[in-house]
Amino acid sequence: MPIWLDLVVRVLIVIVAAFVLPLIIGQTEHKVMAHMQGRLGPMYAGAYHGWAQLVADGAKFVQKEDITPRAADKPVFKLAPVISMLPYMIVLLVIPIGPGNGWVAQRLDIGLFFALAVLGLGVIAVLMASWASANKFALLGGLRAAAQLLGYELPFVLAAASVAMAAGTLSLSGIVEAWRPWWLLWQLPAMLVFFIAGLAEIRRPPFDMPVADSELVFGYLVEYTGLRFAFFMLAEYVGIVVIAALTTVLFLGGWKGPFGLDAELGWLWTIIKVVAVAFVVLWLRVAYPRLRVDQLQRLCWLVLVPVALAQLILTAAVKLAL
Amino acid sequence: MKGIGLAKGLAVTLKTMTRRATTRQYPDVEPELPPRTKGVIALIEENCTVCMLCARECPDWCIYIDSHKEEVVVPGAARARQRNVLDQFTIDFSLCMYCGICVDSCPFDALHWSPEFEYAEYDVNDLLHGRDRLREWVLTVPAPPAQDANGAPAKEQAAAEKALAAAAAKAAAQAEAGTEDGNGRM
Repeated sequence: MPIWLDLVVRVLIVIVAAFVLPLIIGQTEHKVMAHMQGRLGPMYAGAYHGWAQLVADGAKFVQKEDITPRAADKPVFKLAPVISMLPYMIVLLVIPIGPGNGWVAQRLDIGLFFALAVLGLGVIAVLMASWASANKFALLGGLRAAAQLLGYELPFVLAAASVAMAAGTLSLSGIVEAWRPWWLLWQLPAMLVFFIAGLAEIRRPPFDMPVADSELVFGYLVEYTGLRFAFFMLAEYVGIVVIAALTTVLFLGGWKGPFGLDAELGWLWTIIKVVAVAFVVLWLRVAYPRLRVDQLQRLCWLVLVPVALAQLILTAAVKLAL
Repeated sequence: MKGIGLAKGLAVTLKTMTRRATTRQYPDVEPELPPRTKGVIALIEENCTVCMLCARECPDWCIYIDSHKEEVVVPGAARARQRNVLDQFTIDFSLCMYCGICVDSCPFDALHWSPEFEYAEYDVNDLLHGRDRLREWVLTVPAPPAQDANGAPAKEQAAAEKALAAAAAKAAAQAEAGTEDGNGRM
């Protein structure tokens, strides 16, 4: 296969994944959330248990009027939804599904560093959206989001640094190869910190204070309609996929399964683990109320950062002792 | 201890997920309505004497009644009798607040609750329902629930039994009197 064709195929797969996986996660969320509340969820779209509900929603979003507020900073306002989606798509490029070069879109020796750096772009999209909207609610939401995202970046990176130190590599594939089952226990605090900080990074409930629909009327999303709004929603759900995939790759052993056959069935193990982590993300939304702004910051600075630092010391100590 | 609430929430939601959903898919599945559901008010015209009690008791005046008097000549009677004839009986369901006072106040059992509830309209004016429509709903009125076996007997039943006993006693007294003087007509 010529190199350009190989490249095109890999990029296409990532783009398709970035648009299809969030739909699957979103549909699962509809159903899981409904049944956790004793409801049925969508039942009509697509005739069988509402499987096409999100396709119908997409068709609805396309038909909606595309409104740009008169006072808005138009180019920035229009660019923000794309910027919000972009980092997650780029991170999907470096996440390995299975062992070897064939199961990752772009094998990168500094994959972890790259992923964390690109994920940091999310805050830019939020600030662009909030400032360009020329709306006070949007600005409040955007500033809350900026405070939250910058704060949670620290435990997020520290927890990831712990596992990178344990594996002795920044390559995501390398981390999975170095991973051993007993790391589940050793890296457990880091995993929890990484997962919680990841939830906050993608602004999922219970960390959805910036978009709090009941008090900030959706924060920085307040002026967005139609397709642009849909892009922000899509970004949130690709975010779930990315956070679940990163947690899987860093802390749950990626493609490593309990019975061997990792070369053949590795991709299946990865998918099962990603789906399980994504389920927990949805589950937390149903089970826990939103954190207040001050509670959110207190959890970050007084709990997650110290735990992440302690984990770093533990990791270093165990690494030196071995 | 922090986190207990979160654990409880996770447990409750997971437990709920394993149970059947309680949603009833209404347009596809008919709802099971409890007895005496207040859906709509039905009118049995034959029972109505145009006493106007319902119209006067109605808190928001949503019942409109019109009638005229007719003479009924009874052969053998000293003079012709008068009878009320119903011309119009209309309930404005856009005003009705479903209190049921009209049904309770009707002394002749002309008004009844029907569980029928699917009579929404696109125009408020179409919620004004006349006697023909009110009569159609009579067919949907359920039979009254059976008397509670452990409850006190119904007023009508007690009255009927009392009348029956009185009649029997009278007949017995007459029969006794007849045998005594031998002039009984039986």
